[in-house]
This record gives sequence, C-alpha cells and structure tokens, in this order.
Amino acid sequence: MHKIAITSEGPSLDDQLDPRFGRAAGFVVVDLETMATQYLDNGQSQVMAQGAGIQATELIARAGVSCLLTGFVGPKAFKALAAVGIKVGQNLEGLTVRQAVERFQAGQVEMAQAANREAGR
Amino acid sequence: MIIAVASGKGGTGKTTVTASLATVWDGPVLAVDLDVEEPNLHLFLQPTIEGSAPAQLTVPVVDEARCTYCGACADLCQFKAISVMGQLLLTFPEMCHGCGGCLAVCPEQAISPGQRELGEISWGKTGGGGFLSGRLRLGEAMSPPLMRQVKARLNQMLAAGGDAIIDAPPGVSCPAVNAVIDSDVILLVTEPTPFGFHDFRLAWEAFASLGKPMGTVVNRAGLGHEAIYRFCEEKGLPILAEIPYDRVIAEAYARGRIVAEVSAELQETFVSLLSQVRDLAEPGCPGQAAHA
Repeated sequence: MHKIAITSEGPSLDDQLDPRFGRAAGFVVVDLETMATQYLDNGQSQVMAQGAGIQATELIARAGVSCLLTGFVGPKAFKALAAVGIKVGQNLEGLTVRQAVERFQAGQVEMAQAANREAGR
Repeated sequence: MIIAVASGKGGTGKTTVTASLATVWDGPVLAVDLDVEEPNLHLFLQPTIEGSAPAQLTVPVVDEARCTYCGACADLCQFKAISVMGQLLLTFPEMCHGCGGCLAVCPEQAISPGQRELGEISWGKTGGGGFLSGRLRLGEAMSPPLMRQVKARLNQMLAAGGDAIIDAPPGVSCPAVNAVIDSDVILLVTEPTPFGFHDFRLAWEAFASLGKPMGTVVNRAGLGHEAIYRFCEEKGLPILAEIPYDRVIAEAYARGRIVAEVSAELQETFVSLLSQVRDLAEPGCPGQAAHA
C-alpha cells in the first residue's frame, strides 16, 4: 500500500493545494493503488503557538503516508518528517490537489533534501 | 523599591529615562537592562563590568535505551519540544520552555536534564550605583527565561538594600509583562504622536490589570498629538514628567550622554520625577496622585 498526503484547503482532489504544511487547513490522503481519498483536518495544528509542523507530522505519520506533497516546509517539520521516513515534494503551490498527485505519478516531483522555509512561517 | 520603565511603542525614551533617573537617584540604586534582545543601557551608563555568567535553560535529554515510547512526555508538552511517533522519539530543544514537566512525568526515568544556552548575564558598577544586564544569545527565540534569571540576580543584589530601576523591553507581550510584573511602580514612557498613543493605550491595558501604581512620562513633549493627555486624565494616570522635543536632547542622546546631565532644567525634571515616583510607590504620602 502506498499512501501520500497533500496539504489541502479542502477535502477533495479538486481543492487547492494549501502551500503551508504545519498550518495547512488539512490533508487529502490518497491511496495510489485504489485512488481512494481520506481527509485529515489540521485545525488543531493551525491554532498552536508553536510546533504546528511537528504536530502535523504526527498526524500524517499516524495515517501511514510515505510521501508529502506541499508548498513550504520549515526546518523543524523537515527534521520530523525525515525522522519518520516521510519523503517531501515541495514548491507545489498554485496547483490543485489532483494536479499535484498527477505530477507526482508522472515522476515530475523531485524529493526535497532540505527545508525551504524559515521556522515559524 | 523596584521601578519598571516600560512603553508600548519602541523608541519612546525608556533608556533615556532609566539612565537619567539612575543618575539623579538619591540613594543606592541598581540600573537593570531587561531589554535582553537589544540591551543598550550600558551605552549611556558606561558601567565597569565586574563579572558575567552564562544563563542556561533545562531541556530534556532522552536515553532511548530506557524509553518505552509510552508518549507521556509528548502528551504533557504544550510546546512540541518532545514528540513520540511510533517507535521514534524526537526532541526539539529550541522549542522547550524549560518547565521540567517531561522529566517529572517519565515513568522510566529515561529523561535527564540537558542545557540550552539562553545568553549572558553581566553586572558591575556605574559612577553612582550598581549595574545589571542580560543579553540574549543570537538565534535564541525566547527572552522570558533569561529575564527571569536576570531578575533572580537582581533580587540577590537588592538583598543588601537599595532600589532598582528596570529598563524594560518595548511591546506588551510576554517579555514586557515579565519585566514589569515584579516591580512596585510602572513608569510608562510615551510620545505625543498617533502611533505613540496607540501603543501607550495597549500598554496601559496590559499593565493596568497588575494593579500596580503607574505614571506617565511624556517624551518629545510638544509634538502636538494631545490624545495622550486626555487619556491619562480619563484613567487617572498622573503625568509625572515631560521631556521637551528639543534638538539639544537628540544630539546629547546621539553622543551617548545622559539627558539629565544636559541642562539644569532637565536635571530638575528628573529630580522631580524621582520624588513623584517615590510618592506613587508609598501610598498615603502627601502629593500622591490618584491612579486607577
């Protein structure tokens, strides 16, 4: 089973990809074998004073995803994602969730080696 | 007596007032720079530094050999400084507020105290009194833990008697509240501009609930925005001193001089401020102004 999570402004494949990771509205989790989707609300992380990226990592790690597609990831979230073995495709802002998944399946999303945002942004 | 010199807006003259008050003080006085993110009181008082010490915060160090990944520490931590995901434990020492909760709650005694450097505390003497200052480490995000350690030393230094004047950081959030919360009197330094008034009101709202005597010092008086005067009258906040908007003062400040030493009139302004601060701190004394 191969599941990926995409930061999303809403619950469906046709919602806009949320450029933020830690403070994303939620995550669309896609099972790439069946294309079944599941939505994880991230409201709890959005209201945290600090550590939103770490909490968001805990949320998607529990859902069993192996890859994250998003816009920007900060350094602490990147460390947490790397530690749990979730690969990160970033700089995907401006796409819909579906477009991001298609780009990923076409092999056009490079996996990031480092964070692309400062902490707390 | 501890006097905190605060403001809402930055650059209104907290350090000017602190340095001048310390210079005209009529007894033993300790000048304290609690604006640890950008301390500058030393530029004016030019103290002789007699000692310094690093300030540390206790952060968790986990012995993974003993950890059972029960998650008790992560559940307790409100700051995500420690996270447990499956058979994986991560610590983020830079997020830690140093409460020690994770050490207390771990059932396996797998967590031991480590340290994060917060900055440096230094102390010494000025011409007329003592000097104490904190300086936050570059890259450190939290100033209240360092400020608490500076205040602990302040209390030690005051144990022998005397008064302290605290140069507080600007703003009205945790650092500013931390700087004024243990004081006996709060002086709010402001300037008669729309921006000055806006932040002055925020400061009043933040500090009024502490129930301490408060007074206002208007710096750059004569700039023309009168709302501060009306507000102070409404709230019963006494205006203890006015420092005129004057190029001579700006020039002296730019040279690192103490404003109370610029002229006899300015000296008199701060001597008068000193006696009014004493009146404000000691209820029942004649001349005490009403405060909310």
